[in-house]
Amino acid sequence: MTDAARSDSSWRRALASGAVRAGGGLLLALATLALFAPWLGTVDPTLFDTASANLRPGALGTVLTPDGGSAPHLFILGSDAYGRDLYSRVLYGARVSLAVGLFAALLALAAGTLIGIAAGTLRRADGALMRVMDGLMALPAILVAIALVALWRASLGAVIVAIAIPEIPRVARLARSLALALREELFVDAARALGTPAWRIMQRHILPNMLAPLLVQGSYVCASAILVEAILSFLGVGLPPEIPTWGNIMAEARLHFSEAPYNLFFPGAFLAATVLAVNLLGDGLRDALDPRALERR
Amino acid sequence: MSASPVLELKGLSVALPAGADRAHALDGVSLSVMRGETLCLAGESGSGKSALALAVMGLLPRGLRISAGQVLLEGEDLARATEARLRELRARRMAMIFQEPMSALNPVLSCGAQLDEVLAVHTRLSAPERRRRVDEMLGEVGLADAPRMLAAYPHQLSGGQRQRVMIAMALLLEPALLIADEPTTALDTTTQAQILALLGSLKARHGMAVVFITHDLGVVADVADRVAVLRRGELVEAGARDELLRAPRHEYTRALVASLPRLEPRAAQSDAAASPLLAAERVSKTYAGGGWFGRRREVTALQDVSLELRRGETLGIVGESGSGKSTLARCLLRLTDATQGAIRYAGEDIGALSGTALRALRKKMQIVFQDPYRSLDPRRRVGDSIIEGPLNYGAPRAAALERARRLLALVRMNPDALGRYPHQFSGGERQRICIARALALEPEVLIADEAVSALDVSVQAQVLELLDELRERLALALVFITHDLRAAARLCDRVAVMSHGRVVEYGGAREVLLTPQHAATRELLAAVPGRAYQFWQPGTSPRNDSPGRG
Repeated sequence: MTDAARSDSSWRRALASGAVRAGGGLLLALATLALFAPWLGTVDPTLFDTASANLRPGALGTVLTPDGGSAPHLFILGSDAYGRDLYSRVLYGARVSLAVGLFAALLALAAGTLIGIAAGTLRRADGALMRVMDGLMALPAILVAIALVALWRASLGAVIVAIAIPEIPRVARLARSLALALREELFVDAARALGTPAWRIMQRHILPNMLAPLLVQGSYVCASAILVEAILSFLGVGLPPEIPTWGNIMAEARLHFSEAPYNLFFPGAFLAATVLAVNLLGDGLRDALDPRALERR
Repeated sequence: MSASPVLELKGLSVALPAGADRAHALDGVSLSVMRGETLCLAGESGSGKSALALAVMGLLPRGLRISAGQVLLEGEDLARATEARLRELRARRMAMIFQEPMSALNPVLSCGAQLDEVLAVHTRLSAPERRRRVDEMLGEVGLADAPRMLAAYPHQLSGGQRQRVMIAMALLLEPALLIADEPTTALDTTTQAQILALLGSLKARHGMAVVFITHDLGVVADVADRVAVLRRGELVEAGARDELLRAPRHEYTRALVASLPRLEPRAAQSDAAASPLLAAERVSKTYAGGGWFGRRREVTALQDVSLELRRGETLGIVGESGSGKSTLARCLLRLTDATQGAIRYAGEDIGALSGTALRALRKKMQIVFQDPYRSLDPRRRVGDSIIEGPLNYGAPRAAALERARRLLALVRMNPDALGRYPHQFSGGERQRICIARALALEPEVLIADEAVSALDVSVQAQVLELLDELRERLALALVFITHDLRAAARLCDRVAVMSHGRVVEYGGAREVLLTPQHAATRELLAAVPGRAYQFWQPGTSPRNDSPGRG
């Protein structure tokens, strides 16, 4: 059995994997669109002109500018019932979706890892912490998120936190099991015998060895967070309707489905592509970073 | 006895996939085994022993294939047999037992169901007839309480019992050939001795041919009729047991035979009058499990253990697995706290230390573990692992790295290893790195917990020599924990024998190993494979007709 590269070159193997490349590339393209939206032929996504309502994709129309004038505009993906530019709205909506996915994943990872490590290393805290996590896991994620958003004022931050909280238990369980296994490793015993303080063993030996599986878990949290945000918006309990999110766009498009079906189609397609990209990336990372992957091939 | 061999290999070659460290796992190997004969395949890891077994069984993993030669089982060429035919033959004419019976048995089926399945698939016996045959077979392999064994799941049995079930399963259909791949390596020495005796008697009764794969020449001496030595896929030397072990011709065979430590303890080199550096005084350790929803239960790992270790001496702690050796090591280092009793370092009770005082103690005692694959952090460079200790005690990085270089040279490794990762090294090299890491703090006590058990014999000999040399040069006090009495005899001044958490015998290595008093010690000694066998020794003429001690 070849005992080839495990640590540093497993990242190189990740970059060589098709799934990681496809998912990563798609995600990068979406992030570029979101980030550079103002320079990609968009207008303010809240501008409207009822004269240009429900235009087909590629139609020419007008938008009313804030100073009261009217300007000609090419509606690449068409317009909605208020005459707003769908292309601009979908691109700006990508900002919300990606931000929610990224920050909800980071938040869930950070909190979950912290709780998991605490449960895995502090014997006394273990039982209590994990029972709380079990309890949280028993509640449906969407309901918890709806309840939390309803409790606070609906802002981007509130939505992110509300989506992240139900994801924490899964991350915490994974982190705890990783910490429990790593704590028993001989190299951790060796480090203790070498006089390495407990906090530094955590930072030097335990956290780095937890990173890969946590990252993979993080990608799944990210995909799920993007979906949950869209669902919340669609149900009208997410961000306020004046902020363009894919869920909000689809919620409004539902009422005018027969006249302007592409208003439902385009944000839906973007949503599906984003979630697919994140999941591809996660699957690719899992296969490449799993130490057993070498033996399996 | 028929004159034609049961198994004959003619110029067998097995190709490795492109990019492997060599082109062939086996290269032109020719061998034969007769009815009622045991052929031992000896060799170190990577020698192709297991590839040979798998090639015969038609179980080569993907990527490996027979590229040339013939495998003749009772005259039929298996290299050209269809998969269906191989499956038929595997059950009826040849069988294999493995090193780890736990992974060879299905964990979710009872042993009875697994034994019954062999007969149900391959014979037309009725259920009561099958049951009778299984009972009979269990009796033969010495599992007396058949109903309990049949109902048991693999995890409920001991290692020895599991291996007996495996043997029963392999022999149910009376195969002509039994291949045993390191069948006793995972077992305790006393269990190993029982299984070896069992295999011997079964072979005599059933007259099958046995191919016995092992890395342990002591085992070879006990079981072999003939021996074949493999190295890097090539047959180095083959011949009758006594010929090969007492008068080896090939250089490599001689090196292998010479690297087996003799069971002759050396004279104690330590000064018995010196005051002890490290002492255990009536140390006990109990583990309590359960809590919350489970029922509490207690396990006693150590009971009233008292030992002393002096500067510059090697104290051997020997015993079966589960006898408390490793728990004692962890207590000595205070990786675990003893439940009762005291461990004194230079007179001071280490159980009472904390904070700075404990850190100061850690610097003086170091440990090398059994498993070199798990004792180095896979994500840290070797250099970072070695300097971790000195950095903890405030050494400047550059100086620590410089010292790490010298330590690597001391354990006879290339200092370039500093910048590489653990996975780039072999087991023996990793063990040397672990020794270098332990020495980086300039400890006064080094505990080697089965530190050579996972290594090949020749590497094991080198590491033993290295440990002894370091002890002498650095005036280390060495605690050498092992189940291998040969290694203990080679290295130790004094020996403590542990059994069920107690020290049952304790004294000079010569007294303990030559005139054992306690039954547990005698049992351990009697179980040492090849104990009474006189091997070839360097310095004697390989042509000598009455090879004796050189």
